[in-house]
Amino acid sequence: MGALNEKVLTLNVGYEDQTSIDAAMKRGTWSRLKKALSMGPDALVEEVKKSGLRGRGGAGFPAGVKWSFMPKQPAKPSYLVVNADESEPGTFKDRLLMERDPHLCLEGFLIAAFAIRASAVFIYIRGEFVAGWKALDRAIAEARAKGFIGKNVLNSGWDVDVILHRGAGAYICGEETALMESLEGKRGYPRLKPPFPAQHGVYGNPTTINNVETLACVPHIVERGAEWFAGIGREKNAGPKLYCLSGHVKRPGVYEAELGVPFETLFNEMGGGLLDPARRLKAVIPGGSSAAVLLPEECAGLTMDFDALAAKGTLLGSAGVMFMDDSVCMVRACERVLKFYAHESCGQCTPCRIGSDWIHRIVARIEAGGGTPEDPGTLVSVCDGMVGKTICVFADAAAIPAKSFVAKFRDAFDEHIMRKGCPMKPAPAAAGA
Amino acid sequence: MSGPLSGSGPLLRVGVRFAPSTRNLSPEALKKIDEAIARYPEKRSALLPALWIAQQEQGYCAPRAQEQIAEKIGVSPSFVASVVSFYTMYHTQPVGRHVIDVCTTVSCWLRGSDALVAHLERKLGIRVGETTADKRFTLRTVECLGSCGTAPMCQIGDDYHEDLTHERIDAVLSGLS
Repeated sequence: MGALNEKVLTLNVGYEDQTSIDAAMKRGTWSRLKKALSMGPDALVEEVKKSGLRGRGGAGFPAGVKWSFMPKQPAKPSYLVVNADESEPGTFKDRLLMERDPHLCLEGFLIAAFAIRASAVFIYIRGEFVAGWKALDRAIAEARAKGFIGKNVLNSGWDVDVILHRGAGAYICGEETALMESLEGKRGYPRLKPPFPAQHGVYGNPTTINNVETLACVPHIVERGAEWFAGIGREKNAGPKLYCLSGHVKRPGVYEAELGVPFETLFNEMGGGLLDPARRLKAVIPGGSSAAVLLPEECAGLTMDFDALAAKGTLLGSAGVMFMDDSVCMVRACERVLKFYAHESCGQCTPCRIGSDWIHRIVARIEAGGGTPEDPGTLVSVCDGMVGKTICVFADAAAIPAKSFVAKFRDAFDEHIMRKGCPMKPAPAAAGA
Repeated sequence: MSGPLSGSGPLLRVGVRFAPSTRNLSPEALKKIDEAIARYPEKRSALLPALWIAQQEQGYCAPRAQEQIAEKIGVSPSFVASVVSFYTMYHTQPVGRHVIDVCTTVSCWLRGSDALVAHLERKLGIRVGETTADKRFTLRTVECLGSCGTAPMCQIGDDYHEDLTHERIDAVLSGLS
C-alpha cells in the first residue's frame, strides 16, 4: 500500500488534442479494450474484484462485486448505465474527465459493458454539462468509426451500442434508480429496492450502474493489473482518486492522489492552504454537502478514504472537499447547505418533502434573527424523523449534515437566537469586489 | 420558500408579459424527435430529448409543443407536463434571449456569489427571476453547477463562465447580442 507518485486518471487531461481519437490512441487510449476483449468477461470481473476498486460515486461499493451480480446467460438484454449526473455540491471531477479525456472514459465504459455482457451503454449526463456532452458525443462518433462501438467489436463477436442521454436539471437523478426512471422518460422518482438494478434495472432489464471516475479506472486496471492498483492507497481503499477542493483554499481544483491521502497533504500541499493566510480554518465538509461537517481538529492526521471518514461519522462521498475559514457564519453556511436540499427534494416521500423544507426554514429563521430557544431541538427532532424513513437516502443526506452543524456549532446557533440576529457579516466578501 | 434568504422566485413576477405560443413545431424538429425515438428501446425514453428539441426551437416548452410531443411519444399531455415541471432546465414560459443562471450553492457562496447576484441585479435593473424589458436577459439563481473549483460562476445558454469577477461578468454580458 502506498502513495501515488504519478498521474493515472489525469495523465492526459492537459493535452489540448486529447479529445480527438487519433491523439488519444497515440497516448495508449483504446489499446486496453483489445486486451479486455481477449480476457473475456469472467476474467475481467475477477480482475476488477481483485483490484479492490470501490465505486467513486459516493457509496464506495466494490465495483467487481457489483458486476458479478449480472446474469451470465442473460435471458434478455443487459445494460450498463453510466452515472455522469455529477451534481453533489462541491464535486467537479467527472466533468474534468469527460471534457478533457472523453476517450479514456468511453474505453472504460466499453470494457465494463463487455465484462457484464451488456448490449447497450446509456450515458446519463447532467443537462448543464454541455461541454462534456459535446466531447462525449464526438468521441462516440469517432469510436464508432474505428469499430470500437457497433456490431462485432474488433472481431470479438460482441455487439454494443452507446446512447448519450442528456438530463435536464434535477439533483435526485444522480440517485441510481431515479436516474433510471428519468432515462425512461419519467419524473426522477427513486424506486424501492429490492429489486436491485442487476435484476430489474432500465426497462426492467438487468442493469449495472457505475460512476464515470470508477469506470475511468478500469482501462488502467486492465493494462497494469489488479495488483498494481491494489498496491496504491490504503487497506480496502485502493487506487488513484480524484479530490475536488473548493471554498476558502488558495488553489481550488481537481487533484489526483492515492485514496487515503492525508488531509494535510490535500489541504496544504495541493490546495496551498487557506486563501487568506491571516484567517483560521473553521470547518471542512469532506465529501460533498451530504457529508457531515468536520472541525479542523477532527481533520488532523485524517486519511481521506471511505473507512477513515466513516469512522469520524462522515463520508468520503464524492470527494468534494469544501473548506471554510473563520469569516464564515456557520448558521448561514448550514442555511446554504439546506437550501439546496429544500430545492432538490423530489417530493415523493412525505418525511423528505416536508422535512427538507422545514429544516431549511428553521435555520433560515435563526439566521434572520427570528429563532426561538426551542428551534435547535425542533431541528434535530425533524431530522430524526427523516433519517432512514424514505425510499432513497436523500433525506439522510439533508438531515445528517444539518444535525452535524447543530452538534458542532451549537454556540453559533444559540448566539443567533440570543442576539436575535447574525453576529457576523452577512456574506463572505465578493471576489474582485 | 421565498423569505429574505431565498433568492429564487417565480419567473416573470413583474414586467414583461408574453403570449403563450400556439405555434407548431417545425417539420425539422419533428424529424429530430423521430430520430430520438429510434435510438431507444422504448419510445418514452425520447421524452427528455424531445423536450430539448422543442425548447431549442421555440425557446421554451410551449403547451402546443408539449401536445405534439405527447402524441409522438404516445403518452398524455398531462404526463408530459408532469415531466416538464420536474426538471429545472425546461422553461414553461418564454424567457429572455440569454438566461443567466448564477450558481449560489455552498462553494460559490463562499467565493462571493451573493455579491455577484447583487451586482447583476443592479446592472440589469431586474430582480432574480425577472427578465429585462428588452427581453435580452433573464436572471436566475440555481443550485450547484459542478464548477466549484472555479467559483463564483454562472451558466449562460450552453456556456460556463468561471472564476468571475464583476469586471469579467460585465465583459461577458457586453459580448452578448
